Amino acid sequence: MRAAALKAGRGIRWYLKQATGESKWDEYLQRCNREDVEPVSRRDFERHRAEQKENNPKSRCC
Amino acid sequence: MSTVTSPDQTGPKMTPKSMVGWCAVAVVGAVCWTILALSRGENVSALWILFAALSSYAIAYRFYSRFIAHKVLGVDNTRATPAERLENGVDFDVTDRRVLFGHHFAAIAGAGPLVGPVLAAQMGYLPGTIWIIVGVIFAGAVQDMVVLFFSMRRDGKSVGQMVREEIGTVGGVAALIAVFSIMIIILAVLALVVVNALAASPWGVFSIGLTIPIALFMGFYLRYLRPGRVMEATGIGVALMLAAIIGGGYVDQMGLAQTLTLSKETLVICLIVYGFLASILPVWMLLTPRDYLSTFMKVGVIVLLAIGLIIARPVLQNQAITDFAIKGNGPVFAGKLFPFVFITIACGALSGFHALIASGTTPKMIAKESQVRMIGYGGMLMESFVAISALIAASVINQGLYFTINSPASATGGTPGAAAEFIRTLGFTISPSDLSAAAHSVHEITLISRTGGAPTLAFGISLIFTKAFGGALAAFWYHFAIMFEALFILTAVDAGTRVGRFMLQDTIGNVWPRYANISWKPASWSASAVVVALWGYMLYVGVTDPIGGIYQLFPLFGTSNQLLAAIALALCVTLMFKHGKARYVWVPGIALVWDLIITMTASWEKVFSSDAKIGYFQQRSVFQTALDKHHLIAPAKTMDQMQQVIANSTLNGFLQALFAVLTLIVVASAIPVWVKAAKSGGLPTTEVPRQPSHLVAAAEIFATAQEKQAVREYEAAQRELAASGRPR
Repeated sequence: MRAAALKAGRGIRWYLKQATGESKWDEYLQRCNREDVEPVSRRDFERHRAEQKENNPKSRCC
Repeated sequence: MSTVTSPDQTGPKMTPKSMVGWCAVAVVGAVCWTILALSRGENVSALWILFAALSSYAIAYRFYSRFIAHKVLGVDNTRATPAERLENGVDFDVTDRRVLFGHHFAAIAGAGPLVGPVLAAQMGYLPGTIWIIVGVIFAGAVQDMVVLFFSMRRDGKSVGQMVREEIGTVGGVAALIAVFSIMIIILAVLALVVVNALAASPWGVFSIGLTIPIALFMGFYLRYLRPGRVMEATGIGVALMLAAIIGGGYVDQMGLAQTLTLSKETLVICLIVYGFLASILPVWMLLTPRDYLSTFMKVGVIVLLAIGLIIARPVLQNQAITDFAIKGNGPVFAGKLFPFVFITIACGALSGFHALIASGTTPKMIAKESQVRMIGYGGMLMESFVAISALIAASVINQGLYFTINSPASATGGTPGAAAEFIRTLGFTISPSDLSAAAHSVHEITLISRTGGAPTLAFGISLIFTKAFGGALAAFWYHFAIMFEALFILTAVDAGTRVGRFMLQDTIGNVWPRYANISWKPASWSASAVVVALWGYMLYVGVTDPIGGIYQLFPLFGTSNQLLAAIALALCVTLMFKHGKARYVWVPGIALVWDLIITMTASWEKVFSSDAKIGYFQQRSVFQTALDKHHLIAPAKTMDQMQQVIANSTLNGFLQALFAVLTLIVVASAIPVWVKAAKSGGLPTTEVPRQPSHLVAAAEIFATAQEKQAVREYEAAQRELAASGRPR
């Protein structure tokens, strides 16, 4: 029972991190680690992502 | 290890167990439909509609969408998707299917599926129910899935681009103009819904107004305080937003009630200023955080509504089919069941706007071809379910009250006494004191002629939630629902203005390249101003229309959305022929033919009808003749208003005709391509040649045991590769 609840909780957390794009930072860190590169600060990383959103508007339907 | 051999690929045999299961679903569906078809004048539970919908969706998804995926489109999991081939972590980005489903659904579902069914409830619950369910299965979901597939095979090209490349330049230009102008109408009508929901509602203005500082706070939080912590910021934002809804109940005590009781004209100006600022400010400040809030509210309310409906088990107050459906003289919008029920309910059954989303962001993020079924078809079924819920919410309200809220002020007269009398002439009864009591119960000054669908839906949701969850929270739930709808309409207006601005800059950039530079302020500001001015003008026309903005403009909105669908479906048919799949062309073909029948009949009637309530130009000439003789025609009260009716109906009639002609140009320029392709058994297309896929991912929401095993093996292999220091 408790194990199932924990599993569901982890699943929801994973989903929200993916859906909100928070996981992008973790993925970036992993990649830097793998490729042995010094990562930029989180602030700079998120600015870079905001910049991309600025130039790629997404439609929202009615 | 290139793919998972899912049973779908190999032509499965159904197990006896699953056969029994599907027979049971079919029986449930058949029983629900029979009860809906046979019940007249009795107390019918709303759950029959709900379960008729769910079982029909399940069967359509299991059988029809699978047939489309494997036979009609021929999805190929050994073929790399654009996300896999062109992955750059920005727009091309392999995304988990369940996450992408969420993104796609959040992008397609907005106020449309909530508003249309509410208005269509004037014809009874049955026509709307049938159209929403049958329409989505054979038209709406098919369009979304097929466009998504073809765009995915072309690296995520837009519908406009595909029409130009696959049909021809003339069709392409017509499609571009149609997309842009239809978007303007859609933004104007959505904004009109918000204006009508917030006018003379200090509580609503208070809580919606506060979402702006809340979003700004979230924006600064994510930019400076804790960059990237979206969940934290959204949690804080949602808590503040709920506080803003509760706080709105105390506007009287705060002495703000007077200040926040705004007229429709004031709200129009606020919206125009807001829309302009939102489209030129950096997105991190306002647009992105608002989008988080509105997505949260959207999903939250939909889930809550489904649970609420099942607990409350409300009884339908609406008739199955009203007289208005047959006579065409309904007070909410004019016209008979055919074709007007089919164009009033666009989103939820068939929405052309989805083709823009299915050919934009989503196709660039799909991991496996077979996932177009779950995301395209499944996403649209989910939106259809939202539409069904909205139809139910509008049908559980006392019908006298429903017509009081939804009839234009020109009909109800605006006071409880006059409204009650008007309702009596429609054949329903509600007393003036009941009307005042209903408004009082949700802390509104009045509910008379609060057209646009949002107040009706909010009232229905408030009834359902109060019954389901108990407590004396009717007013809270009402404003909660208004917030829910206004929030994502405003997000759609922000985002739409921005998309429109980019389209305009891009188009003008063809002749003046510098103008296309999106960071050049003079260009971006002037393009934003043009887009805002266009929808702002239409919004102003709607708000000040003496006959009633929703009554006049909603048919234009519905038709234009479905004319867009006709363009998208014509493209799908063209591509079926070009790919040499004439055998299956009927799949998008029946949707196209039906869509053309309803939109062209509706456009014809709106343009040429000799009934002044329906035909825009007939209306114009009736008012013009009277004006020449210095006569007034109700509802106009002054000569100026007579002039206004004439100007508005001319504009509306012109737009209605323009959209229909643009669509016909696209279809007409496609037909020669069909003939040529059908004769030669196919033509070359811009499809990107096949490249093998190395990625492993499941096809459906729930992965099979086989798929899970394959994904585990694949991930282990990836880790091993990574550990050995070689990037993938």
